[in-house]
Amino acid sequence: MKRTGRAIAALAVVPVLALAACGRAGEGDSDGGTATGDSTGGKTQVRLWTHSAGNPAELEVYNQIMSDFNSSQDNYEVVSESFPQGAYNDAIVAAAVSGDLPCLLDMDGPIVPNWAWAGYIQPLGISEDITNELLPTAVGVWEDEVYSAGYWDAALAIFARQSVLEANNIRIPTVDEPWTKDEFDAALRTLKGAGYDTPLDIGAEDSGEWWPYAYSPLLQSFGGDLIDRSTFLTAEGALNGPEALAWGEWFQGLFTEGLASNTGTIGNEEFNRDEVALSYTGVWNALNSLEAVGDDLLILPPPDFGTGPKIGGGSWQWGIASSCSGPALDGARAYLEFSFKPEYIAAFADKQIVIPATEAGTELSEYFGEGGVLRPFTELTQFAVLRPETPAYAVISTTFETAAMDIMNGADVKQILDQAVKDIDADIQNNDGYGF
Amino acid sequence: MAGKKSLDMRAAKRRRTILLYIPMTLLAITFMFPLIFMFVSSLKPDAQILADVDSINAFLPVGDISFANYGGVFERVPFARFLFNSVFVTVLIVGLGLLVNSMAGFALSRMEWSGRKLVLSLIIATLIVPFETIAVPMVYWVSKLPTLVWENGILKYDIGWLNSYEVMIVPFIANAFSIFLFTQNFSTIPPSIDEAARIDGAGWFTIYARIIVPLSGPVFATVAILTFLPAWNAYLWPLMVVQQESLRPVMVGMQYFFQLNTAWGEVMAYTSLITLPVLIMFLVFQRAFVSSIAASGVKG
Repeated sequence: MKRTGRAIAALAVVPVLALAACGRAGEGDSDGGTATGDSTGGKTQVRLWTHSAGNPAELEVYNQIMSDFNSSQDNYEVVSESFPQGAYNDAIVAAAVSGDLPCLLDMDGPIVPNWAWAGYIQPLGISEDITNELLPTAVGVWEDEVYSAGYWDAALAIFARQSVLEANNIRIPTVDEPWTKDEFDAALRTLKGAGYDTPLDIGAEDSGEWWPYAYSPLLQSFGGDLIDRSTFLTAEGALNGPEALAWGEWFQGLFTEGLASNTGTIGNEEFNRDEVALSYTGVWNALNSLEAVGDDLLILPPPDFGTGPKIGGGSWQWGIASSCSGPALDGARAYLEFSFKPEYIAAFADKQIVIPATEAGTELSEYFGEGGVLRPFTELTQFAVLRPETPAYAVISTTFETAAMDIMNGADVKQILDQAVKDIDADIQNNDGYGF
Repeated sequence: MAGKKSLDMRAAKRRRTILLYIPMTLLAITFMFPLIFMFVSSLKPDAQILADVDSINAFLPVGDISFANYGGVFERVPFARFLFNSVFVTVLIVGLGLLVNSMAGFALSRMEWSGRKLVLSLIIATLIVPFETIAVPMVYWVSKLPTLVWENGILKYDIGWLNSYEVMIVPFIANAFSIFLFTQNFSTIPPSIDEAARIDGAGWFTIYARIIVPLSGPVFATVAILTFLPAWNAYLWPLMVVQQESLRPVMVGMQYFFQLNTAWGEVMAYTSLITLPVLIMFLVFQRAFVSSIAASGVKG
């Protein structure tokens, strides 16, 4: 009986002591300071958050930039904390609620207008000489002010094997003369007849932002869009007009006719193993496919469904939190200006296999520079279309994903797109037009 | 005749046993397959996992087998730190939860005081509020709580619990469902035991510690297991309140592997590593687990 009493007492006391002893273990080893910055050893600390945890190649470049910056001057010290990408936005929203955002934070391009509208971030305030040099899709603008800027952008393309296209007498498209819709459809049917069970890997097994990023450019190439960009107040006519319906019918047909599959694995393995003939995928998969396929690999522009080939634009960019002020704000801007050096942009592109955002960075890049094996991707950026620059995009994105998945699964196209328009318009009305 | 009858009965019994074991074996295999797939895939390179996925090879350690993925896990995430954090947080939530909730259950079931039924009703009513709906207000709330911190050897007053162990532990110690289970279980113990103990001079804490707790092993095991699982699997809350990598638990670490191209081999190695403590705990407490489920009629 006595032993039970002692056990209970231990149960109560030991954990409390342990908790007290550990206190805030880990605090202060890498983070510190508030959004407005702390002074340590005469230097103003500038906190920085990235979405790069678990991505050693990306972190290596960031650490190099921070190390170079910190040792280049005596006024500021940038200290970083990295989060895994899948958890990053939730962490940002929680930090915004508790008033604990860092000065510098990276963010996915399409979310920039929403975070600017919500007051999370402030105008970037760095030299226009830098932002003017960047790809237009690497700059985040809201209400005519630059809120974010990035070192790179991505691009989607059609991967193919030259030998397969030639063996099936399929014309090899170029940037100047991409496949038309009829040519593309005919190529898919020919390849299916040649023995490919589902000739096109369109990545439909993926989920989330991939859907609007990959498939809304196809909608735009048909002549539709996610929203009426002349007002940003309604999706009526853009997402459920005749062009959008044509896109929906075509997209559904890919799956009902067995030209594409919604199963398989995320990535490009099916193409690398020659289980599919064509793969609609991103630049980040190009080096792996080049290793698997060699010189036979073709990087082709997406088809022209009526209004020219289109691909999605806008990737991860840097912004400054609204709560950042005083010396820390100066430090944040100084760091950003320092970081946009061509050598860092090139290093980032070559480590991450993404397209450099400046010409100077491109020329220094091993893969994207003159004669680089991934050079064709730089030509595709001319087809890039930004996802709608509106705070409503967060809702547009999930609504479009749901609608496109329903269409893929055989739902009535018109009914689904009409419902999507209603959902998007209701959100815009509920938020008083998001300032438009 | 008697010998033949005995033989027939034994044969019938054997047939019944075989018939029973067939579905049991099929069920066991069904439940084992995901675990076998996970452990086997953790030993294969990504390309082979994807190539094997639509054949029986997915469940067999064949091909290019190595522990390279485990090496990759330790390079990509500070695994030992994440594991320590999860173990530390989970042990404290379970330990303190057993103490606090059993005491609350004791007060609600054994002690006579006005309003206890209303209090129990209010506690049970909180069960209908999903955690996700109160998560954001809770983040704001804990960010404004006072605390004491050691700084340069001095204990200082500060505001905000973010980036601490206590923010991952304290909000989950009191648990309405655990209190309900303890209350229900303690109510089944005859009150005459308390009366006899009080006549012998025992106080309430003595009755709790020396009579009620020793008689309630199964419910303590049930609550321990039901508390352990969500604490070990915690994801949303640590993600929102802990920004420093050095404080993250294992479940948040899972996201490290989902980059543009998922490292599936490393995902499987990581999930194998973080599943092991749960499996070990189940195997160690298997008997208590089964008996507590049977006794309380609660499933996890």
